[in-house]
Amino acid sequence: MSRIALTLFLALLGAAAAPALAQKLVPAQSEIAFVIKQMGVPVEGKFKKFDAQITLDPRKPQDGKVAFTIDTGSAGFGSPETDAEVPKAAWFNAPKFPQASFQSSAIKGLGAGKFEVSGKLAIKGQTRDVVVPVQVTQAGTNANTAATASGSFTIKRLDFKIGDGEWADTSMVANDVQVKFKLALTGMAPL
Amino acid sequence: MPSALDSNPSRYSGVAIALHWLLALMIVGAFGVGVYMHELPMSPTRLKLYNWHKWAGVTFLALSALRLLWRLAHKPPADVPMPAWQAAAAHATHGLLYVLFFAVPLIGWAYSSAAGYPIVWFGVLPLPDFVPVDKALAEAIKPWHERAAIAMALLVLLHVAGAIKHQFIERDGLIDRMRPARG
Repeated sequence: MSRIALTLFLALLGAAAAPALAQKLVPAQSEIAFVIKQMGVPVEGKFKKFDAQITLDPRKPQDGKVAFTIDTGSAGFGSPETDAEVPKAAWFNAPKFPQASFQSSAIKGLGAGKFEVSGKLAIKGQTRDVVVPVQVTQAGTNANTAATASGSFTIKRLDFKIGDGEWADTSMVANDVQVKFKLALTGMAPL
Repeated sequence: MPSALDSNPSRYSGVAIALHWLLALMIVGAFGVGVYMHELPMSPTRLKLYNWHKWAGVTFLALSALRLLWRLAHKPPADVPMPAWQAAAAHATHGLLYVLFFAVPLIGWAYSSAAGYPIVWFGVLPLPDFVPVDKALAEAIKPWHERAAIAMALLVLLHVAGAIKHQFIERDGLIDRMRPARG
């Protein structure tokens, strides 16, 4: 009985605490981009649709959580002939794997608005551990002013079978893909 | 050896002859690849051809600059005897070809940059973008690369037709001035 009461208490506490801690993503001002290299040429693409659940108190980053979902079908390079290719089976296979996700397992504060977010990145049915450096900047010290979280990290596309079959040749399309993000968040406590 | 040819004032210099034939081959190759590649569905082959085409175009541009400088510094052989209008037409064709030697690759380069694909020469040397990345601009530029290339191809045909006419109708030995080696 006391166990149930404790659970209930914790749930209530969580519910009461969550609104104060959870940040809201401002999609219109946020960007997740990726840079591939094809025969040495850097080409930038973007995800148009993604969502994030972020709970981060900059003073207690170890208790924070970051989760992302990204619509793979929303990826594109901005030209019709390449955008038509991206959702296909060789690349993201969007009909079968409509979403990519990231779930943090640990957040480390490095000071001066720098954080290191470790977690699992799942794309196209493949999951890999990644460590993402994040720089948070705030316009003011008020929790209502927008904070910007930005950073970049590199993944190996073949770890996720992105660019399968005839596209697996890394001399054509490099294995390293840089992922860049800039997220506008509201509701973050001051750094 | 080019130095031996240079002493003959009735012929183009060895460098001019070498550049003429090398660039002629490059025009035929890049034009053929250009016509073929843009119809292809997305594939590694298409990507390869596009990059080769761009590398060839930039190489062509650089060699054309060298060729123009060489041409300005070295007098070409005098015209063979022919009616004035034919000489004028030949010179106009040469002049327009020189303009297009620069215009065609530069427009292609601008299109590639505007489309968001900066050119990396031979996959090693990143070249600067001289126009901003702008998809609408890219679409506006694209047809002009094709039009300029077709204009160049037509002028090349006219140039070749003139050379053939001189060789087989006038039989005036005009082609010898540009022949790679003494016959």
